[in-house]
Amino acid sequence: MEIYLPIAEMPIDMFLILGMGMTVGFISGMFGIGGGFLLTPLLIFVGIPAAVAVATQGPQIAASSVTGSIAYWRRRSIDFKLACVLIMGGLVGTGLGVLFFNHMRKIGQLETVIAIAYVSLLGVVGLLVSMESVRAVFLSRKGGASSRRLAGRHFWFEGLPLKMRFHRSGLYISVIPVIVLSALIGFAGAVLGIGGGFILLPALIYIFRVPPQVVVGTSLFQILFTMIAATIFHAATNQSVDLFLALLLMVGGVFGAQFGARAGANLRGEYFRLLLGALILIVAARFAADLVSPPRELFSVTRTETVR
Amino acid sequence: MSARALAGLMLIMLTPFCHASAQGLVTTLSTDRVPIQSNFTGGRISVFGVVEPGAGARPKNGWDVVVSVRGPRGAVTVRRKDSVGPMWLNLDARSYIAIPSFISILSNRPLELIAQAEVREDLRIGIDPLIPPQTAARVGANDPQFRAGLQRLRMQQGLFHQSADRVRFISSGVFQAQIDLPGIAPLGNYDVEVALFSGGALVTKNQLGFTVTKTAVEQWVANAAHTNGLLYGLATALIAVLVGWLASLVFRRD
Repeated sequence: MEIYLPIAEMPIDMFLILGMGMTVGFISGMFGIGGGFLLTPLLIFVGIPAAVAVATQGPQIAASSVTGSIAYWRRRSIDFKLACVLIMGGLVGTGLGVLFFNHMRKIGQLETVIAIAYVSLLGVVGLLVSMESVRAVFLSRKGGASSRRLAGRHFWFEGLPLKMRFHRSGLYISVIPVIVLSALIGFAGAVLGIGGGFILLPALIYIFRVPPQVVVGTSLFQILFTMIAATIFHAATNQSVDLFLALLLMVGGVFGAQFGARAGANLRGEYFRLLLGALILIVAARFAADLVSPPRELFSVTRTETVR
Repeated sequence: MSARALAGLMLIMLTPFCHASAQGLVTTLSTDRVPIQSNFTGGRISVFGVVEPGAGARPKNGWDVVVSVRGPRGAVTVRRKDSVGPMWLNLDARSYIAIPSFISILSNRPLELIAQAEVREDLRIGIDPLIPPQTAARVGANDPQFRAGLQRLRMQQGLFHQSADRVRFISSGVFQAQIDLPGIAPLGNYDVEVALFSGGALVTKNQLGFTVTKTAVEQWVANAAHTNGLLYGLATALIAVLVGWLASLVFRRD
């Protein structure tokens, strides 16, 4: 059934969007990731203007982070103090990201920036995930267990000024690197239409040694706020947030995530991480192909203003 | 009153929308408002016309009619990709103002047979004559490639369209034409110009119009987004939070 998207100004098959929301929701429920980095490219591939695809991720990711945050909040596994520091950085990054996004759009380079950023980001993450899961598969065959010792490792930037104690996480570190990290992720999130959980989580675990029991909840809580901010900033400055598209994605995503979480509970992790890694690499390859293959049509037209 | 004029009068009474009559030509549209609903996949509007005795004697080869439909005008930027190392990037651009967002030229036979190129240029009949020259050139002068690119892309999208068999004469002086609007037809006011030709010269022309609007919800959403972005963003974020909260109520497992 076709539905008219009021902001994208185009008709689209409702079930296609619902199905995409469900598929990505399923994957994100299974792996505990947001899925924006899969959904934004999918939307672009089916013909939604890149600006609308990116801006509309805000409400979609916000909705799924609310569901996640509530679940973790009930289990008391959110470090609110750490989350507040992350949110501060995230808001600054999001604001800068939206400004950058609007400028690139104005000079006609937004699609290129998105494509290059996705190729590099997804390429690296896809390779890391694939390699890690291949190693895990081999290790589990040999019967050995991998253990990483994180305690006792210290980075120079933890000693920077403005040290703060985070009781829930058992940390005493400088807030400067935390803010810088979350600002960078907020920036990427606003430009690429991603929550950034797949960068934030490993960073919190491996760099700041946030304990596993609070890390997911805290990261979801921070993403919730940066995505609310991204929605508002995008809507206020470039009017590219499509409410109808967002609603379809939210509904599809919510259902998909439930089934994904159930499916993920009884599946072998390594093989599915390998699958996820392959999926990410395919998306990256598609963007790379679009960038380097001689285009069938050299010209493109954008409407900059309409007199009604 | 001739039978033909009577038919024209009846047409106008039956379709009390937008109609116009110039000396010798009576025309009307089947509707003056095309609402876009959530399932909008395109729409169709009919133009009816009657040539009256005031237009003079019927030419030996019959009358010629050209219906030009023009959507709301706006500025566009046309960009061209060029290769930079292994990549293809948008490097060159031309800006145009007042480009119709939709053009449909319908006639009863090919335009070249209806009137000479200069006549058509003067009367702004055809796709090319309706596109003003570019405004700001960053590099180089008026590059015809960009203009051709603009037309080609818009034609592929179905927004520019020309067809020489879409005006049908029902009888020798009564004609009908069908305007097809694609699903991506922009909102706004559309001008319809019906031009009557005889032997390569313009006899008379009529101006009509219709409006493409969104129906209640779509219009409201689009208006809110464009006129009150901040509030729209806040509302969207609130809806997202509500949906997420509802989901956690519905799917609560503990």
